[in-house]
This record gives sequence, structure tokens and C-alpha cells, in this order.
Amino acid sequence: MMRAGREAARPVVLYGGLALLIALPGLVALADQPFYLTLVTRMVIFAIAALSLDLILGYGAMVSFGHAAYLGIGAYAVGIFAFYGINAAWIQWPAAILGSAAVAALVGLVSLRTSGVYFIMITLAFAQMLYFLAISLKSYGGDDGLTIDLRSRLGGPIDLSSNTTLYYVALALLLLFLYLGRRLVASRFGMVIRGAKSNPRRMSALGFPLLRYRLAAFAIAGTICGVAGVLLANLTNFVSPAYMHWTRSGDLMVMVILGGVGSLIGPIFGAFALLLLEELLSSYTEHWQLYLGPILILIVLFARRGIYGLLGPVP
Amino acid sequence: MIDPQLLAFQALNGLQLGIMLFLMAAGLTLVFGIMNLINLAHGSLYMVGAYLAAWFQGCTGSFLLAALLAIPATLLVGVAVEIIVLRTLYEREHLDQVLATFGLILFFNEAVRVIWGPSALFVTPPDFLSGQVELPLGISYPSYRFAIIAVGLAVALFLYVLIARTRIGMLIRAGASNRAMVGALGIDVKLLYTAVFGLGAALAGVAGLMAGPILSVESGMGEPILILTFVVIVIGGIGSIRGAFLAAVLIGVIDTMGRSFLPGLLRAAFNPSIANAVGPALASMLIYVVMALVLAFRPQGLFPARGA
Repeated sequence: MMRAGREAARPVVLYGGLALLIALPGLVALADQPFYLTLVTRMVIFAIAALSLDLILGYGAMVSFGHAAYLGIGAYAVGIFAFYGINAAWIQWPAAILGSAAVAALVGLVSLRTSGVYFIMITLAFAQMLYFLAISLKSYGGDDGLTIDLRSRLGGPIDLSSNTTLYYVALALLLLFLYLGRRLVASRFGMVIRGAKSNPRRMSALGFPLLRYRLAAFAIAGTICGVAGVLLANLTNFVSPAYMHWTRSGDLMVMVILGGVGSLIGPIFGAFALLLLEELLSSYTEHWQLYLGPILILIVLFARRGIYGLLGPVP
Repeated sequence: MIDPQLLAFQALNGLQLGIMLFLMAAGLTLVFGIMNLINLAHGSLYMVGAYLAAWFQGCTGSFLLAALLAIPATLLVGVAVEIIVLRTLYEREHLDQVLATFGLILFFNEAVRVIWGPSALFVTPPDFLSGQVELPLGISYPSYRFAIIAVGLAVALFLYVLIARTRIGMLIRAGASNRAMVGALGIDVKLLYTAVFGLGAALAGVAGLMAGPILSVESGMGEPILILTFVVIVIGGIGSIRGAFLAAVLIGVIDTMGRSFLPGLLRAAFNPSIANAVGPALASMLIYVVMALVLAFRPQGLFPARGA
């Protein structure tokens, strides 16, 4: 009975949440609290990044501890073109997508030769490498980062300099990636990835070239995260190596776990919950990490199915 | 082109960094090899060791006394962490371990700020180590850094004897190769795990307190060395103390030499503007490139564990 009740609550929560997100700019304007629009845009962007990590972590057991690197690549693609006065989105965005896809493919090619704890550490090491590379880019701000004067120019009626438009673009992309992600996971390709998670030996014996499948999934996840980076740079009008810091990769993993691994929707809840928790704790105390750390430990120890798991078993 | 004295000096610096890395890597690799636990919070224990040493030195005025107090205190902090949090994680997936220990890092980094304030603390080396050692060929090297190398080598020897020659070491090796069997033979595995974790914490504390006089003692100081330590144990082969030692020295020397000589070498080969742009970036990425190469050709590391 309990479970049936909670499962009945799922569509209410999902569609209610979506309606709330669509209505948000109007509500924020009514309440005259523009700050919250920025906060929620940030949540939506991190939801895209967390969703992309869940594609490989949740469905393929590829625990990438360097996923924030692609966030940084997407952001730097915007930042560096803007630095040279090129704001056209049709140049910036494809460059970000190609850049993050290429780097993810290269990183994946080396990392996927390993598994388990080696994989965790080598993805971390590659992310650190890119982090130090960004710090040494002195002409693009180095450690201090780079301010972006103008947001990407999409052309047509879409003007990203309006925060509301940027929000809707981010939300539309989140929904698009959620749709594509679910299609991908349910497809033959997704079946192979999931099969390789539960029994790699059998999948190899069946003749699937697992490295190629995993590499493709890894590159897709990196690319989606790169798009999140593009949005993040546009939101903050700023890029810095901090976007790639390893704690950022840790945050993305926390979002996935907190929301519910292997559900794609869960990480969206996770991203919203973690950023909200940070915002709340930091408004009460300067030492909010002192409380966030133990909360994370408690979540890992006791809430194993994540927030989305509260709404019944993940399909 | 390269001054031989500078070369020797930097080689010693590389060795000294390698020794510090070894102290960290030995504990981390033991904990991973025996308990199958990835402990990201190992860097936090290093930081706790450094803070405790700075604090005890402030109280007692003596570096040696502070060191003698800080090592067992760090060990106790490690044992407490093991009993309260980590014990329940041994049977969990690596993902859960990464997240829980990530939470521990946030906690410790903020806790030291709450207890000792936001500004960095400093540790002064004892007077008898404040001078320089004169080595052959006219090389002079700071005594304190020389002492780090000596202490590190002594600890390496101690670990070798402990693991290869004593009963506890035998249990550690047995635990690494077959945990269930050790338990079935009537050994208190829980106690063994706590002891191994405490040993690792004490080694991290030694590294932290020795780093005190070289670096500033501040919140977050554990993470850079933690990531270097990961590189070391991945290259050395997880679970292998011998591998950890060789890889630590290798990484220490490559990193130090790369940072001091690579930009100069590039300047000799390419035009200065390219060399100045690429040199520092390449130098800081060098060890990660080495790690990627090692993993690409030998995914199990250079010296995979054989018992210990």
C-alpha cells in the first residue's frame, strides 16, 4: 500500500515540479527576487552535468572522478572565443562540443583500459592535468580566470543577455538531454552498456566490442557535460580553473548519488537538492561545510536509493 | 648548459618529495590492499598531523616534543575515524567509499578552520636542523630537508622489517591476499583493520608534521599531496609497499626535475615565446602524462603486489 501510494505520487511530483520550473520566471518576477532565477538556472545547469555523469556512472559503472573537466572545457570554449571578440554561438558552441567530445574520447581511450579503483584515479588524474593546464594559460587569466563581456549570440529572437531567456534555454536543453538520455539507455546501445555493467565477460563472449561501446558512452557523457559548461560560462559571465577543480567532480558524483544512481531523473533531483542544501547551510553559518560533510556521510550510509528512490523503485 | 650543483640540489629535493609521498602512499596502499577501501580522507590525516604538530609546538616550544605528541594523536584521530565512519564502508562499493570520504574531507577542512582559525600556522624546525649540510662537490643542502630524507628512509626500513619479519606483518600480508581465510583462522580481523588504519594514519601524521616547516599549515593542504599520492600508488601497483617506495621516489624526482629544468630545455629547443607558454604547463602535467603512459602499457602498475 505504502509503495503503491508513493508510486502514485511520482507523476504528481514530476509534472508538478516541471510546471513549477516553467512558471518560475513569472513567480520570481512577481516576488521581485531575481536572485532566485540565477540560483535555479545554476541548478538546471548542474542537473545537466549530473545527468551526463549518470549515463556512464549509473548505467555503465564507469565511476569517472574527473567529470568536471568537461564542464571546464565547455566554459573555456566560450571564454576564449569571447576573449577574441567572437560571440556567435554557431562558432562557440560547436567548438565546445567538439572540444569536450575529443578530450573525452582521448581520456576514455586510456582510462577505459583500466577498471575499478584504477579507473577512478586515472580519470581524476586527467582532470587534474586539464586543471593545471588551465592555470598555466596565463594569457587567458591563468589562476584568476577570465571575464566574459558578452554572452553567446544565438541569433534570431533568442537573446541570452536576458536571464529569463538563458534560463529557458538551459531548461529546454535539460529536458532534451533527459529525453535523449532515456532513449539512449533503452536502445540497443544502452542495453549493451548496461549488460557490460552487470556481466562484462558474458557481453564480450557474445561478441560485443565493449571498449568501443564504453568509449562511445564516455564521449557522449563528456559532450553533454561540455554543453553544461557552455551554459555555466554564459550564466556567470566568467570562466576559471575552479570549474574543473576535483572537488567539483566530487560534487557531481554527490548529486548523482544523492538523487538516485541509474535513473537520469534522480541526478536532477540530486543537483537541485545539493545546491539548495549548500545555499541554505551557507545562509545560516560560514562553516557550512562542517555540516555538509557529515550529511553526505549519512546519505551514503543510510539513504542508498537516493531521493528519486523515495518515489518507489527506479524502473 | 645545466649547472651540476643545481642538478644535484634538485635531485635531493626530488628525493625529499618522494620520501614524503612514500609516507603517504604506504598508508594509503596498505589500507587499500587489505581493507579494499579507497580513503580520500588520507590527505586530511596529513593535515591533522601538521596542525597538531604546529599546535603542540606552540604549547611546548619544542619541535621534537611536538612531533612525539602529534604522531600518536594523529593515530588516535585515524582510529576514531575508522571506528565511527569507515568500518561500515569496507563491504560497500568504491563509489560509496569515495563519497563518504569526500564528506570527511569537507568536514576536516572546515573543522581545522573552526578550531585553529582561517590563517595559516607555521612550524619552526629545531635549532640543530636549521643550518646547511656540506656535501662533497661543494653542494650544500638544508639540514632539515636532509633529516626528512633520513627519517623517511628509516621509516621505510621499519616498515620493511615490520611487514616482512614480524607476526603482525605476516597477518597484514595474509589479510591482503585472503581476508576471509585470516578471519576463519581465528584472527580478530576487525582489530587488525583498525591497527592497519591507525598505522596508515600515523604515517600520514609523520608526513604532515615534517611538511610543517617547509609548507604553511593550512586548511586544504592535504589534497594536493593526496592526488600526487594516488598517482604514486597507481604507478607503483596498488597494495605494494615496495612499488609505493619506488614509484614515490620516481614521481618526486620527475616532478621536481621537470619543474626546474623542463622550461629551460624547451627554451633551448624552441623559440622563447612558445617555450615560456608551454614549459610550465607541461612541467605541471608531466607526472600525469607518466601515469597515463604507465597505465596504458601496464594497467596493473609497475610493481604489482605479490603478498605485500
